[in-house]
Amino acid sequence: MIKHLRSAADLDAATATLILDTAGEMATLAGREVKKLPTLRGRTVVNLFYEDSTRTRISFEAAAKRLSADVINFSAKGSSVSKGESLKDTALTLQAMGADAVVIRHPASGAPHRLASWVDGSVVNAGDGTHEHPTQALLDAYTMRSRLGRIDGLNVAIVGDVLHSRVARSNVLLLATLGAKVTLVGPPTLIPVDIVAAMAGGPKVSYDLDSVLPDADVVMMLRVQTERMQDSYFPSAREYSRRYGLDVPRMRKLPSHAIVMHPGPMNRGMEIAPEVADSSRSTIVEQVANGVSARMAVLYLLLGGKA
Amino acid sequence: MTAYRIKGVSLLGAEPADLFVRDGMISGAVADAETVDADGLVALPGLVDLHTHLREPGREDAETVETGSRAAAVGGYTAVCAMANTSPVADTAGVVEQVWRLGREAGLVDVQPIGAVTVGLAGKQLAELGAMATSAAGVRIFSDDGHCVADPRLMRRALEYVKAFDGIIAQHAEEPRLTEGAQMHEGEVSTRLGLTGWPAVAEEAIIARDVLLAEHVGSRLHVCHVSTAGSVEVLRHAKARGVRVTAEVTPHHLLLTDELATSYDPVFKVNPPLRTAADVAALRQALIDGVIDIVATDHAPHAVEDKECEWAYARPGMVGLETALPVVLSVLGEQWELIAERMSRTPARIAGLTGHGTDLAVGTPANLTLVDPSARRVVDPAGLTSRSRNTPYAGTTLPGRIVATFLRGEPTVLDGKAVK
Repeated sequence: MIKHLRSAADLDAATATLILDTAGEMATLAGREVKKLPTLRGRTVVNLFYEDSTRTRISFEAAAKRLSADVINFSAKGSSVSKGESLKDTALTLQAMGADAVVIRHPASGAPHRLASWVDGSVVNAGDGTHEHPTQALLDAYTMRSRLGRIDGLNVAIVGDVLHSRVARSNVLLLATLGAKVTLVGPPTLIPVDIVAAMAGGPKVSYDLDSVLPDADVVMMLRVQTERMQDSYFPSAREYSRRYGLDVPRMRKLPSHAIVMHPGPMNRGMEIAPEVADSSRSTIVEQVANGVSARMAVLYLLLGGKA
Repeated sequence: MTAYRIKGVSLLGAEPADLFVRDGMISGAVADAETVDADGLVALPGLVDLHTHLREPGREDAETVETGSRAAAVGGYTAVCAMANTSPVADTAGVVEQVWRLGREAGLVDVQPIGAVTVGLAGKQLAELGAMATSAAGVRIFSDDGHCVADPRLMRRALEYVKAFDGIIAQHAEEPRLTEGAQMHEGEVSTRLGLTGWPAVAEEAIIARDVLLAEHVGSRLHVCHVSTAGSVEVLRHAKARGVRVTAEVTPHHLLLTDELATSYDPVFKVNPPLRTAADVAALRQALIDGVIDIVATDHAPHAVEDKECEWAYARPGMVGLETALPVVLSVLGEQWELIAERMSRTPARIAGLTGHGTDLAVGTPANLTLVDPSARRVVDPAGLTSRSRNTPYAGTTLPGRIVATFLRGEPTVLDGKAVK
């Protein structure tokens, strides 16, 4: 098993599949009265969050607690970090406290890579800057597999602000590893340069959402921040929504089995219409539940739990 | 003064012969000279660096004029031009004279201060360029390096104004609006790493504008740290038109590529950023062709805490004085004539440093360095003379060892070590 999960590229197909299978076993716990396993008793998991992200933090916290690990939440606000402590010094502090795993959310791309060079324990990337968010990709893959029965050969459209999206990067890598065919869709200003050459699997790129939908098995809508408008990535929220938003008429273009995903939090009425978000195609609430199972699987396997 | 007999030295790769040094000059045979055994060594005119950050005043924890001078001497340099982005900024006669005086006191290389183009490097108002030119420091090169003189009107005025005292504007070519938040070269690797890109066009657009401005007003322009293949084409075009432009490339842009950012180790973060292998190839060819005139180090020492952090929070820059010649040797091979041209004669001429970059003929100032081309060494950051350790070459084996350096006939380095 790998030691760290810094990037979805850390996972080969066998490891990724093992995580998804393990997540499936973890998910059966959720239906039980006692939702807890003793596996990580006595182990310490630190949630080191340099960005406010209640959703991701509580998902990791629930995952660690269901495995009986001791969980320490270390939030940058109101801590030594806000007094100017460096990441390295924080890392050495956590090291001294005997952290077996550090789950890190950080605004700077690559912070988990730096952290991994300073601590002995496992490092799990819970979102770094505009780089990656590998556990999101795992829970998304898990969701696709649960709904559609497979990942290999699926056509997955990832739509929106790919440039600034760590979710998109991790999904492109993991889906390529698992054999899906990815098409990135968005205005050219929000598609990173050289993305086809840059990413394993060579995703396709389209600027025309309508042409992509009829062949899509999965449409993953990315959150688009309205402040991108101020920086001229697109002219207005309305124009963005008209060209790249998933509304009801567009949803009708999808094959009948296709699902609609969103990593949350959503801008209803911007990238996704409320009727779409609440439709039976939508997996948005499932994704949250699957997040806990996927993160349990990651912590369990990284910390050497025996399957 | 002690006279020296540099025994059996190969002058720029020629047949070994004895070279005599007396009273600060290269001389004819001297009977009672102290012998320096130079068997297997090559003599070059002392290297001249047009682009050095000595950090004093302001960041003496990273480097001082003295420690930087020592690192320069150990790297084979006899003169360095000290960039103006100190704290306070070298934008007055007082600060440039202070740096110049500290250089004289250290006495290891000639330290020629560069003056800021604009007050506080803020790009708003010309600094007192004339006062710096007529100061004891005798400033001829002006640069806001670290910042681009982005305002085209201000750049035009600066180019024009310094004609009165044969000055030269050294531009850090970076269109600031195109590089907001930029962390590394914009391309495949930045896309993969999720680091904000620094597009090549941000450099090329400014160079294109500036060569046209320099042509329009008939002034001298020097382009700092050229880093892209496109910039090379712009310069080639400008030179063919007869524009008075010179350009430098750093050793790291001749050797390293943006792939190194994959580690997220900020020791590889530099501005302009490391580019692609195609850019490296174009820069090497341009250096050979003379489209790029010189190698300049952009020696940029940084304190440990400014590099031991997240990539985005790290300061850009690499130390380079002690590895420049080995890197150039690894890139160009033992083309001593070309190396002397690109690392000594031409930079001395651009900077107006008479007494440096002269051929080692009898009657010329004895500024020279002795290199063992057969030696190879593994770069060890802990072994650097500079006060800072931010070398991108840690663990890399590089050819060539600088054995001795003479400044006006006095050894500043012997047996690879600074003598003071």
